[in-house]
Amino acid sequence: MLSKATSDKTILSVSQITGLIKRNLEDEYSNITVMGELSGFKPHNTGHWYFNLKDSDAIISCCMWRSLNSQVFFKPQDGMKVIVTGRITVYPPRGNYQIDIRTIKPAGSGELQAAFEELKSKLFQEGLFDDINKKKIPEFPEKIALITAIDGAALKDMLSIAERRYPLVELFTISTKVQGAGAANEIAANINYINKLKNIDLIIVGRGGGSIEDLWAFNEEIVARAIFNSVIPVISAVGHEIDFTIADFVADLRAPTPSAAMELATPDRNDLLSSLGSFNQEATQSIKSIVAAKRNRLKNCVVSYGFRRPEDIVKRRYQDIDNIVFRIDNGIKFRVSSTKNRLAVLIETLKMHDIQKILDKGFVLIKQNSKFIRRFTAFNKMSPFIIKFADNEIEINKNSFKQDE
Amino acid sequence: MKKNELNFEKKLKRLEEISVLLEDEEIDLDKAIELYEEGLALSKECSERLRTAELRINELKKNSLDMNSNLITD
Repeated sequence: MLSKATSDKTILSVSQITGLIKRNLEDEYSNITVMGELSGFKPHNTGHWYFNLKDSDAIISCCMWRSLNSQVFFKPQDGMKVIVTGRITVYPPRGNYQIDIRTIKPAGSGELQAAFEELKSKLFQEGLFDDINKKKIPEFPEKIALITAIDGAALKDMLSIAERRYPLVELFTISTKVQGAGAANEIAANINYINKLKNIDLIIVGRGGGSIEDLWAFNEEIVARAIFNSVIPVISAVGHEIDFTIADFVADLRAPTPSAAMELATPDRNDLLSSLGSFNQEATQSIKSIVAAKRNRLKNCVVSYGFRRPEDIVKRRYQDIDNIVFRIDNGIKFRVSSTKNRLAVLIETLKMHDIQKILDKGFVLIKQNSKFIRRFTAFNKMSPFIIKFADNEIEINKNSFKQDE
Repeated sequence: MKKNELNFEKKLKRLEEISVLLEDEEIDLDKAIELYEEGLALSKECSERLRTAELRINELKKNSLDMNSNLITD
């Protein structure tokens, strides 16, 4: 029965039936749009992508050729919900079918946001955003490397700001793809490359504003790691239409635009010129103060105690000499006068001896006003007088006689 | 730029140093005058440099490290 039934129909080879399936499927599903969750994503080393799309009940294989996937701005990650366009192809050697993808995009902005948040939290945990790892931006950079599109407005803006603010700086540009597929790899490679050169003081990496898709390269892990590993300080300079990129968090300094980055990177020529001018004024003022201070000190020295000492010493010596002279003088005077006195006493004593002899013989002497009266003419009969006897003396005045009466 | 010549930043730093030194009125007078003259000369050099500098821009060629290194070493 079985053999009879089959004998009614044409017997097809495996190749034949596969060919039929292939034609049917490929005709029917030549332009499809499918939404699903990415899983088993692996880029092949030929550059082609192989992965699956799945939902809760089914799974389908997918491939995306290198020529097409190079246009994809983001790196697909397992678990990401995506919408793909393409066609069904059948691969006879394996007897399977797959979606040959033409375009792929996140199913919603939420998908990119989720990828962003996931990477941000992972790098944060690893310490890539820690302030302790931030390098100091040089105050007066001599050589700055600019990693951005060579024909972009961002580069033109940065050049003109450098020209205006600080033309002393030497700039090095390196042509870099900053959006679309491969941009992240190129940015990272150029950061690494600049680090191999000598004497570059600073890197500015960025681009002008754009949509989240345009800026996505700056949210890729490879860029974040290149910035983190850079020995040269890095300023991120991504246009400000979204708040922050991952690059902003890792960079040593974040600028909201490329122009702002160059302003942050360079000192302003006019500020410098004006501070040089005020240096001249201040230094002139300082030197005047110093000279004035010295003059003042000199004046203070002249009138100081120490400076007057020699003069004082001379004066004191004069005074010493005067003292000595005075003392000598006094000594002599004293000796002279005391000798004189002694002489007078002796003379008086001698005199007294003479007088006593006379008195002893019974003569008396008359003394008036402490003087011996030798002549009648010297006697004043109105004044009291003293009669001196050998043994005593008596004063005679008016009352002398009254008492006797 | 000559090798023994100070670069712009070092000149500015030296100027700041001189300003501070000159604020001390106890400084030796000869030293002060010497510093003052050095400062004025440096300040003039820096101003000249700022006024006359012209921006230099070099384009680096990828994958030619040797060539670019020559460009950059001074």
